[in-house]
Amino acid sequence: MSQTASNLFETLRQKFGQQVQSIRAEREDEFYILLSDSDIRPITDYLLGEFDARLVTVFAEDRRAAENVFYNYYVFEQRGSPQYLIVRAPVCANMPEFPSLSAELPSVNWQEREIQDWFGLKAVGHPNPRRVALHDNWPEVYPLRKDFALETVLPEFEGERHIYRRALGKGVFQIPVGPVHAGIIEPGHFNFAVAGEPILYLQLRMFYTHKGTEKLFEKLPVHRGVFLAESISGDSSFSHGTAFCQAVERAAGVEVPERALIMRVVLLELERICNHVGDIGAIVNDVGFVVANCHAGRLKEALVTLNEHMTGSRLLKGMACIGGVRRGWDVAQLDTLLKSLDWFEKEFKDLVSLIDSSDSTRDRLEQTGVLWPEKAKDLGIIGVGGRASGIDLDVRRDHPYAAYSRFPFRVPVYQAGDVLRRMQVRIEEVGESISIIRRAAEESFQGEFRVPVPVIPADRCAVGSVEGWRGEIIHWIRTGPDNHLQRCKIKDPSINNWPALVEAVQGNIVPDFPVINKSFNLSYSGTDR
Amino acid sequence: MFKILQKTIKTGIVTASYPAQPAKVSEQFRGCPSFDFQKWRDARPAANACPTGAIGVHDEGNSRKVTVDYGFCNFCGLCAEESGESVCVTREFELATLNRRNLVLTAEYDLDSDGTHRKLREVHRQYSNAETDVERLGKQTKETIQKVLGRSLAIREVDAGSCNGCETEIVALNNPVHDIERFGIHFVASPRHADLILVTGPVTRNMELALVKTYQAMPDPKVVVAVGACGISGGVFGVNYASLGGVDNVLPVDVYVPGCPPRPQALLQGILLAVGRLTEKLQGHTD
Repeated sequence: MSQTASNLFETLRQKFGQQVQSIRAEREDEFYILLSDSDIRPITDYLLGEFDARLVTVFAEDRRAAENVFYNYYVFEQRGSPQYLIVRAPVCANMPEFPSLSAELPSVNWQEREIQDWFGLKAVGHPNPRRVALHDNWPEVYPLRKDFALETVLPEFEGERHIYRRALGKGVFQIPVGPVHAGIIEPGHFNFAVAGEPILYLQLRMFYTHKGTEKLFEKLPVHRGVFLAESISGDSSFSHGTAFCQAVERAAGVEVPERALIMRVVLLELERICNHVGDIGAIVNDVGFVVANCHAGRLKEALVTLNEHMTGSRLLKGMACIGGVRRGWDVAQLDTLLKSLDWFEKEFKDLVSLIDSSDSTRDRLEQTGVLWPEKAKDLGIIGVGGRASGIDLDVRRDHPYAAYSRFPFRVPVYQAGDVLRRMQVRIEEVGESISIIRRAAEESFQGEFRVPVPVIPADRCAVGSVEGWRGEIIHWIRTGPDNHLQRCKIKDPSINNWPALVEAVQGNIVPDFPVINKSFNLSYSGTDR
Repeated sequence: MFKILQKTIKTGIVTASYPAQPAKVSEQFRGCPSFDFQKWRDARPAANACPTGAIGVHDEGNSRKVTVDYGFCNFCGLCAEESGESVCVTREFELATLNRRNLVLTAEYDLDSDGTHRKLREVHRQYSNAETDVERLGKQTKETIQKVLGRSLAIREVDAGSCNGCETEIVALNNPVHDIERFGIHFVASPRHADLILVTGPVTRNMELALVKTYQAMPDPKVVVAVGACGISGGVFGVNYASLGGVDNVLPVDVYVPGCPPRPQALLQGILLAVGRLTEKLQGHTD
């Protein structure tokens, strides 16, 4: 249920007194609750409990130059309401500490440590405060502070490399894997503790592809930022690009034309279908069904060819833009879109029935890599991995953006949480996406597909959110002077979901790790930025 | 089993015949931009719009030097949108080259008082077409791989910090349509089995050591292929506190493959070029 700002303020004032300074309704669906100190715990308890809210993301901002303070932002969403409630808690510049929530809310474990590493604010009471976003051997630097220059040349790393926890016991040994993996995938380090075949404990080390993206956003004029957003995670270029554009459009009050909104829906769904098909093939390939993967590869190739026909790029790059989309579509393109979809739908049905016909494939996927719904809820798992474990969240439905409210669809949710269900969620989502695109393609493609964007006003904050094919993508920006940004926070769904992998592999055998990992298919680059 | 066979037979052969036949590319495809330096009156709007800084404008006194670096280009087409007829987007993508300098074009102009330029003085372009004769290259490669490399070329792929876009296209090289194994080329898990290392970038500080170790683990002779705008130059990320930029800041690079990401056929062209380099190195070793 949506709240009005004054109602909410009254409720919170009664409960928390002067700690709640004010509430700013930046937009109908984006409220800022301003606190007087950094102690977020009581209000978090209240929002999670009585409000049935979920903590979406946590991030920080260096406002020392303007206000002599750091801010931590805690973004909440309330079940059944399209509103984002963003709690802003100041962190004193002289005593840079804030109370950690990770012990109760493991979903913010890495995000709080990211604040520690990038801003030098200490998460007091964090159960595992070791470095995560900068590796252990980095010097003492805080790259997202304003007094740190993007181009700073750091000395050779001499610090101690990360020491993994030791797993001890009779017959227990540890297997280090990565950062360079056997296949053609992104880099990260996995340290398995095993006793015989079953995995006892998995330690992850990510951020190998950290390339200063959030800091770089502060240097680029916003129109260039769109291209950087497309490169946050190359397989989600349109989703990240759109999330970024939406944030800027909301900050600048740009009204995007209807035609562009519909085109965005079509493109976002194309991206989803394309990646889901690739994943379905990769999952069955990892249990030895190579022929099905070949068919999936063939279908994915047809889809990226369609992408190219619709946008000029196989990965939908160069299509997102602030104020709409870069190019319109002519009749011939729309015709190809629908014909290709008809062909694809038939072929995809064949692929699914081919997979269904293989008992041994089902046998390998069912009850493999189980993530139980209670665990998924505790860990704050979202996206495909969440929906296979009973977490019924989908930004397209919960915070309708682009033209999604006009094309209702079903969100598939399963409880069993195994690899099979994660594949099943993808299969059903492909069906829903085809239906969404068909309905969207019937709409009028007349009129403007892009409006001119005025100079972006400075000092505005805004959230942009998109349900990428992996799950919830959040971009938060504060605009600055001269069409630049002061801050751009990017949250890819992957950073929430890595702990799900740790949980899901326990008790499984090492040879099943690839298929479990693939069934989540998280983005390393999206996590590391 | 019957079902699998039935579907396979019904589907037939889907493998494309590139490079024996030209690649099937959509009319909408945005390849590299082409510049009519003679006609170009003002490079500043394009330089301003370019998201990766691939277009540079340097004024000194009465002269202006314009540089275009395909090593940064992400094929977005903004320069063409900003420059009228003098810049147009082509469908060209076979840009892989052995020499980084080949990707840079330079033009010198007289500068006008209103900031535009005229009277082209000089254009430098070293780009050689010999490298882009992919059909010939394909045939040659097949022969080389059969004769010299014992019918197999082994590639180790390393993501040294990429956004996963290049990986998506490298994976596509292995699908039934592009089917790189038809050349006897395959991707291997261990660098110790590899003749060629395919690196996507930018190289991050955190991946530098792993990249160097992977390279060192490969037996000689070996070739390095830098993939994509980021692998060549750092691309949109450039060089910063966490990124070392292009692969050649860390390893000696033999072949550069532009694109963002390069489409599978472009990757194939780059790999074929690298095979030529490898043969040279092999002969150098045995002689």
